[in-house]
This record gives sequence, C-alpha cells and structure tokens, in this order.
Amino acid sequence: MDRILFGDNQFFSVNHISDEKSRAQSIKFKDDRAILNTIDIAINEGLGTFMCTTHDRIARICDLIRQKPSAYQDFRIYPCMPYAHKYANSVTELGVIGTIQQYIPGGFFSSLFKGGTAILSKDYTSIMELMIDAEMKMFKGIDTPVIFLQNVVTDLLLGLNMKEVFLAYYDYIIRKYNAEPGFITMNLPKLLDTLESVGIKNPIICSSINKIGFRMSGGQELYEHTLKTRKLRAIAMQVLAGGAIPAKEAVEYVCMLPNVESILFGASSKQNISETSAFIREADKLYSQKETLLTS
Amino acid sequence: MIKCALIGAGKMGISHLSILGAHPDAKVVGVADNTRVVTDVLQKYTTFPCYTDYRKMLEVAKPDAVFVAAPTKYHSQFVNELVSRGIHVFVEKPFCLNLQEGKELVKLVKHKGLINQVGYHNKFIGTFREAKSIIKSKYLGTLQHFVGESYGPVVIRKKQNNWRSSPEEGGGCLLDYASHVIDLINDVISPITRINGCIMKSLYSTSVEDSVYSLLEAEGPVSGVLSVNWSDETFRKMSTSITIIGSNGKIISDASELKVYFKSDNCPPGYSKGWNIRYVTDLTEAVDFYLRGEEYSAQVDYFIRAVKGEVPNIINTFESALLTDSIVGQIKRYSNQYHG
Repeated sequence: MDRILFGDNQFFSVNHISDEKSRAQSIKFKDDRAILNTIDIAINEGLGTFMCTTHDRIARICDLIRQKPSAYQDFRIYPCMPYAHKYANSVTELGVIGTIQQYIPGGFFSSLFKGGTAILSKDYTSIMELMIDAEMKMFKGIDTPVIFLQNVVTDLLLGLNMKEVFLAYYDYIIRKYNAEPGFITMNLPKLLDTLESVGIKNPIICSSINKIGFRMSGGQELYEHTLKTRKLRAIAMQVLAGGAIPAKEAVEYVCMLPNVESILFGASSKQNISETSAFIREADKLYSQKETLLTS
Repeated sequence: MIKCALIGAGKMGISHLSILGAHPDAKVVGVADNTRVVTDVLQKYTTFPCYTDYRKMLEVAKPDAVFVAAPTKYHSQFVNELVSRGIHVFVEKPFCLNLQEGKELVKLVKHKGLINQVGYHNKFIGTFREAKSIIKSKYLGTLQHFVGESYGPVVIRKKQNNWRSSPEEGGGCLLDYASHVIDLINDVISPITRINGCIMKSLYSTSVEDSVYSLLEAEGPVSGVLSVNWSDETFRKMSTSITIIGSNGKIISDASELKVYFKSDNCPPGYSKGWNIRYVTDLTEAVDFYLRGEEYSAQVDYFIRAVKGEVPNIINTFESALLTDSIVGQIKRYSNQYHG
C-alpha cells in the first residue's frame, strides 16, 4: 500500500464537524468533472491511490477514468463497500426483504424464495457474494488491489459477533478479485481480536487514529498498545479529527506510531492536498533519521 | 451481567443488538422478530437465541431488561406486558400512539419501580447537551424565540409500502422525524405548552404527511417555530438543529457544531463575548464501542448503568417521552381541525 491514500469524504459532503462545510463541499463538487479534477491534483502530488465508497457518483467517475486509460495507468482505487446510506434509506423505505430484492441482480432472490426458507438459509453467503459483485461492477477495468468493508457494516457485524461473515468476505475478495481484503472500523482493538480468532492474520485495518483520541473506541492507550504489540497493517484515518488538530501536529503523531502503514486523508484544495502530504513526508523523514541515529 | 433481550430486529433493533452484543455488562439472552429472514441470519451467524414468539422468549430467557424496537403501534402492548412482568424497558421513539395508554404505562412503571427509557438519542449528543447547560444556567438571559428544524431524505419519491407509510401504525413525518425535534425543544429549552398554528403537507406519500410546520409556545413563555421535512434530498442523512435567541445572546446548534453568540462578557467559562464555536469532537465523551454515532452507544450504556443502579434514571424517561407524545397529538389535532 502507498504511504498516503487520498480519500473521498469531501466529495460527498461528509464532514464530521460542520454541516455548513458539507453543504459548501456539495456545491463545489456538484459536477463529476470537479471531483476528477481534484483527483488529478492529488495524482500530480504523488497520491496514486484513491480510497472511496461505492457511491453512485463513483461509478460515473470510473466511466471518466476508463475513457483515458493512458492518463490513469498507474492509478489505483481502494473501494469501500457498501455505501451504507443507500441501503439504510432503502431498508427504511422497502424493508429488509425489499432491499435485498432491489439490490440483488436478476431473479436470484425470487427463485430462492420459491424454494422456501430451507434453501434460503443455506445461501446467505451467496447473497453476500452477489452483493459484493454488484458493488464491484463499477470498477471493471480499474486496478483495485485492496477492497474494504465499510465501518458501519464491519462494526455492526463486530457487535453481533458474526465472525464467520468476516471470514467469508475475506476469502471471497481473495478468491474472486485476487485482491487484499481490508476492514474499516471505529473499534480497532476489538476487531483485531475478532479477526485473529477466525484465523485472519496480519489484517489490513483502517481506523480513526489521531492525537486527541477522537473515535478511538476502547481508548487511545489501548490503540497505541495494540499498534505497538500486535501484528496488523493499519491505515490511519481521521488523523485531523475533523479539523480539531492542526495538520502538522496531527501528522507528526501518526507518523511516529509503529505499524501504521498508510495515512488516509481527503482535501478539496490543491493547497491542502500538497501541504498535508508534505507534512507526512517531512515527519516520515524526521522519524526515519531518528531511528537511524538510535540503531547506529 | 444484565440479561437483555430484543423485540423487533429491524434497523434500530439490530443497531441496539450490536451495541448490546459489544457491551461488557450486557448479555443478550434472546431476540424476537417475526421476519423469518432476519431471525434465520441471526440464528445462523450469532450466538443469540432467536424466537418468533416474544412471549415464549420472555418465559424461556427470563431477561432483566428488554429493548422494544417493534413498529410504534405495538409499543404500548409490549411495554405493558414487560413492565407487568417486572422487566426494565428501553423502547424506541415515539413512545405510544395512544396518550391514555402512555399515561397508564408511566403510572405502572413508577409503581413497579422499574428503569424506563425511550430512544430519543439526541439528548446524548454533546452539542445539544452543552446548549442545554448554557440555557439552564441562564447565560442566554430571558429566552425570546426558538427555531427547531429537522430535514432528511427518507421519502424522496412516490413509492412506499411499509409501516412508515401507514398513519395507524405510527408512520409519517410528524411521529418519525418531528418527534425528535419536539422532544429536544422540551428538554433543551422548556416544555411546549401551546400550538398556535400548524401545516402538515404530503409531498410524495399518499397516506401520511412528509412535512410539518408549526408555530409553538413553550414555558417562559417563549415563541418558536418547528420546521420538519423528511423529503429533502439535499441532506445526506437526518439533520436536526435548534436556534435559540435570548436577551443575552443566541445559540445555533446541530449534532456536530455549536455556535454561541454572547452580547456581553457574562458567559460560561471557556466562552467569550461575540461568536464562539465548539465542535462535537470536544463535547462528546468517547464510547467503548462505536457503531453509528456516540449517542447510540451512550444511550444504551446509560440504560444498562441505570439498571445496575450506577446512574439515576432521569434521561428520556417514559414520562418525558409522554410529554412529547402529547405535543405530537396536539399538533395532529390542530392540523386536522383546521385543514381536515
């Protein structure tokens, strides 16, 4: 994985601390072109990996990318699925069964239904696989080396302790997409325990990691301890805690932590993109120099 | 360990179940739902015992506390049965469709001395709590006017067929969305005492309202406006906010940001004359398990701790939710009377 991953929250009016800012972003990124232009800026700044939800608009961005294969030759997307609001709104409107019917392609569900619940109860894994395929369709022809399970779903399954589903997801992503499965969570230590308990070793886990302990459930200390003593490939997100920590200070904290392989951040302006990436590179340099001094 | 059970494994029910599953002081002893697919999945992949008959669950699992997240029309029947059996109850909002039944439940739960809580999660959001604390300490001076708003994209086209589209079952924007704002006004500002006008409009739904606009009066007296619309797709998810104007300043708060203006230096510690902005990142306490917002975990944790006797049972009681039900009923009657 690249050291710096470019995120997509800013494109879809996801702002954890201000509704006003999220509306401004929604106006700024009204056109798909505006999103792609910002992705291009990130690529020019050396950020070749875009981590994004399977939002409907990403499908259109992918269309634009496919039109210019030479420009995006070394470009990678890390999809994060599912785009939960799509399903949550659908469950509110259509109910659980209606939602499955809506999103499972073809007559798969109705044919299962005819067979009665006996067949159905054996085939939840197939339903999950079909849903993954439906979400992945938009990325056809684009390099997707890591595929993530979105935090609402990861954490829902985690609370319900549905371990086998994690394993089924993990196996399917490797088998079908020849990609590495990743998990986004707001509960890193607990998730790592659960994944290890079903035999998933050294998992890729993307989680809130920041200097003020924001959304580090279970406590900052436990996170730091987990990163120091356990085997995992962590991706730090919400590094700025929604803007509560100045970028330089925020980045220095995460760069100092062991086992944080990548840092994910999103930004709308060229200045913020280049500034934050520069802070990360500087901090990395500083810590690697320190390490060299200590070991020599 | 508190033995907990769930009746109704829909969207809110599953969310409570996941939070309970991760709670160190709760043990899930049963889940009851009559949707076969849901109980089948839970039966297959979790260790929770599942039931299609909630009465059977109560007899077999003998829970100390039950979470009720079934459609609203069943609330009073289920809660009544649970309380009569001496079980602590957390019930989803709104509390009851029938005010008289609600009153009897408040009486019964008090008589039985059981812990009771309703799922108005906004009260566990840091920004709203801080707004309340500023108002109750009188830093805003005499309250003059408020605006309570909530918008979201629940019904954005003509196609709906579930309990949310049925007025008899507790569907509609007033019960589902506006109740949150009314409950918040009752708590953060003061209890609403009068409905001075109301318009309820259907935008896409055929049998329920999609928006509610009302002129209110709360204790003080303070005048106010309620503006709620669940058919507004410019919002990605439900967004609730309150604006309060007082003789000494003004508060604008939503779930993530609190903006406070003070006219003078007479303000709480940490604030100063002019605009002050505080974010939920500073105002919300961390939770041990996060699913979809700290408030959802915090309200479940508060209930469990109340059952254990560690905190007083004073937030979101049946009694406070009954007041909200009563205002909802008054708005409905007002609207029917003047607009049929």
